[in-house]
Amino acid sequence: MTTTVTAPGLRAARQETGLQQQRARAAFWFLAPMLLMLFFVAAWPLFRSIMFSFTDATANTIFNGQSEWVGFDNYLTWRVRDNGDIRWRGVLADPDWWNAVWNTVRFAFVSVTLETVLGLLVALVLNAEFKGRGFVRAAILIPWAIPTIVSARMWGWMLNDQFGIINDLLLQLNLIDSPIAWTARPDTAMIAVLIVDIWKTTPFMALLMLAGLQMIPRDMYESAKIDGIHPVKVFFRVTLPLLRPALMVAVIFRLLDALRIFDLIYVLTPRSEGTVTMSVLSYLNLQQFGDYGEGSAQSTLLFLIIAVFVVLYIWLGRVDLSGERS
Amino acid sequence: MANIQLRNVTKTYGAVTVIKGIDLEIRRGEFMVFVGPSGCGKSTLLRLISGLESISTGDMYFDGELMNNVMPSKRGIAMVFQSYALYPHMTVYDNMAFGMKLGGSSKSEMEARVRRAASMLQIDHLLDRLPKQLSGGQRQRVAIGRAIVRDPRVFLFDEPLSNLDAALRVQTRLEIAKLHHEMRDVTMIYVTHDQVEAMTLADRICVLRDGLVEQVGTPTELYDHPNSIFVAGFIGSPKMNFLDGQFAAPHGCATLGIRSEHIDIVPQGAGLWTGTVIHAEDLGSDNYLFVDLGAKEPVIVRQPGKVAIPEGSTVSLMPRAGLLHRFDESGRPVQAPLAAE
Amino acid sequence: MTASSIFWNVMFYIGVALIVLVAVFPFYYAVLSSFETGTQLFIPNYLPQSFDLSNYTSVLTARSFGRSVLNSVFVASVTVIAALFLAVTASYALARVRFRGRGLLLMTILAVSMFPQIAVLSGLFELINWLGLYNTPWSLILSYTIFTLPFTVWVLTTFMRDLPVEIEEAAIVDGASPWIIISRVFLPLLWPALVTTGLLAFIGAWNEFLFALTFTVDESRRTVPVAIALLSGASVQEIPWGPIMAASVLVTVPLIVLVLIFQRKIVAGLTAGGVKG
Repeated sequence: MTTTVTAPGLRAARQETGLQQQRARAAFWFLAPMLLMLFFVAAWPLFRSIMFSFTDATANTIFNGQSEWVGFDNYLTWRVRDNGDIRWRGVLADPDWWNAVWNTVRFAFVSVTLETVLGLLVALVLNAEFKGRGFVRAAILIPWAIPTIVSARMWGWMLNDQFGIINDLLLQLNLIDSPIAWTARPDTAMIAVLIVDIWKTTPFMALLMLAGLQMIPRDMYESAKIDGIHPVKVFFRVTLPLLRPALMVAVIFRLLDALRIFDLIYVLTPRSEGTVTMSVLSYLNLQQFGDYGEGSAQSTLLFLIIAVFVVLYIWLGRVDLSGERS
Repeated sequence: MANIQLRNVTKTYGAVTVIKGIDLEIRRGEFMVFVGPSGCGKSTLLRLISGLESISTGDMYFDGELMNNVMPSKRGIAMVFQSYALYPHMTVYDNMAFGMKLGGSSKSEMEARVRRAASMLQIDHLLDRLPKQLSGGQRQRVAIGRAIVRDPRVFLFDEPLSNLDAALRVQTRLEIAKLHHEMRDVTMIYVTHDQVEAMTLADRICVLRDGLVEQVGTPTELYDHPNSIFVAGFIGSPKMNFLDGQFAAPHGCATLGIRSEHIDIVPQGAGLWTGTVIHAEDLGSDNYLFVDLGAKEPVIVRQPGKVAIPEGSTVSLMPRAGLLHRFDESGRPVQAPLAAE
Repeated sequence: MTASSIFWNVMFYIGVALIVLVAVFPFYYAVLSSFETGTQLFIPNYLPQSFDLSNYTSVLTARSFGRSVLNSVFVASVTVIAALFLAVTASYALARVRFRGRGLLLMTILAVSMFPQIAVLSGLFELINWLGLYNTPWSLILSYTIFTLPFTVWVLTTFMRDLPVEIEEAAIVDGASPWIIISRVFLPLLWPALVTTGLLAFIGAWNEFLFALTFTVDESRRTVPVAIALLSGASVQEIPWGPIMAASVLVTVPLIVLVLIFQRKIVAGLTAGGVKG
């Protein structure tokens, strides 16, 4: 706004008061330790991981610097054989990788969708006034409080093929003829993982949405009631649009979380082709097979996929992150 | 104790200029009220003086000393906030003593000053309480007490009464006036949007509009000689009546202003204007008659005591000579005397 | 009441009962199983039928499990304290001081918390080896900072932003420096938020699995999740379900108690962490 500034004022135009200066200086020193820490535990390791993905590092060479720079060979490379055939190699030509991508996407899409719908249902129930509401809210916090590993083991026991109570229940209800090896069979392993994840995470979604629901003023419902609008219509015309911001945030958070899932799958369905996700595959390459080059390439690809989602989220969601607009 | 000078002060937030170049002198020991509609920049101006906001361009002096880059705590100011802004986790005593504690004052001096301020405001018995145990009025007194303890040369009030109910507001207003009498050489600056507070408290009023000073003067000056339609309309309750077009033309102006108490009801035909009473408000001490003259808005006529004029009756009105305010198209007073007068 | 409204009421309560049943049953069943041994364990039953503490004694007498619990407590506590310490001042700067790039910085911090942990694993492995922290609790404390620190900064920034501006300004007029404002004015007002944030970060650190699995090898260095995940019998086929359930119950009960005590605060903390959109 230099147009409004008159000549004698220009001198002081860029000056800040002592207060603003002091606060800016303090802010710098307050932020520095945290940023330094994040640099060391996040930025630097990320950078090194990406670097590893361009080398042939193995468990033996990773620390002594004897690994060689191989460019994009871990990602994609080809070799022309003597007979003229082109042989593709690298993560992007690896069917196991694409299987893991497909598993991850499948898992993320189905789990987030179901968790959102169920979470919304639970939130609507909890938003109604009834006796024992506090008790129900406490009850649904339990799955959330249980560590993932513990829930994986608990459900692993319940889904056990011979002694599991789920099979027993389904047999007694005549829904199945013979026990199912839920976690071992390739076609049911993903279902088992989904069941546990949905059980564990729906409460989180429900609580986030409940908070959103409770911010909708009650008189809005009351005026809709007085106007005689059908509750279903009220839900789609009033509740859902007003809940949209809270819903979007919850969905994105969950999606990002689902895309990196590791522990539940690693413990519940180890060695199952049907559930190996990008994180699990990368971990197996790194730790089990000591192939740091390929494992890092896989983890870098996962990072890139998630980074795209984060950027899209921040950009499309126009979320007021800094609170400047509020 | 301070004389405050503002020289061409501006404040810009990003692309928005809130204060557009203010020159103002506030005299030592004066009670100055900044008044204006919301968004006029009065609170921003106060914050610039306090140092909580930085001046974008221009200069500010306290007793001739340049204050542009001085920390708020080093300016010798004390501030009373609209929301009281007491520290919720400290007792009343600690609230009042916090500034001195940070300044490294001795315990005995601190004690003495807090006690003196507390007795001035009659809050001695509250010193051990927490803010949440106090009523709104008591909280505001503690906030004022905290400011007194700072022993400031400039006392700043940011709409201190707007969170109080009507009865308490009058009472606290009185106390602030008393405080001004007791602390004769402390300069006080008070921001409000309520022109009644401005009129009752101020030595001088500064009317702000859109980031610029519209007029500075004593309450009487502003009331009797507003130098714009804006000030004329803003100061005084009920609002000054404005007439234009055929009503203003005979007086040689674009807009004619007349205060409601400066219109008399005269026998039929003897008045300057004739109209119908469309509404009457009986305030007990006064009567407000809303008279439709055929102008854009009805004219309000203030009649002391009880006047029994039923709605719908026709009245003849006569403005008092010499108390008409004449404004030109740009809203400024017309200086040239009217030949007919 | 009309017939249809009674019908819907009944349906509603059936729904509520179903929600509670599904939420609670797996834990209930784990408790049930943890008291059963021998063949009893392998017959599915829905109501308690035995009360045998031998699973618990076998878990608690195995020396490594107690060690794991201590490891977890130590790692999670130190992580949380360090994160809170760094986050309090940082969140003041982010919530209260206007500076260029503040929005971008907050977004970056948020992005770090959404990071896939696996993406830093090999780099972190190298760093930890270089620092000589491999197979020590400090490797976990260092690596957990990657998710606890952004989380605590983010949540505390949200809480800090909600504190009234005028209180801070009053303190400035009183001559308080930014550090005094934090330590003597804001911290006393923020402690409920600190408890909530700390608790959530603690749960996060307590439950972490990937880093703990990677950076510790000795049984005596393991944390609880790794210990439970790797609890196995003599052969692969013989999974010791009884002790696993007992261990699961042991590590979960304190968490459930904490969560139930702080449930209101936790919901507030989760919502704050979830960005007020």
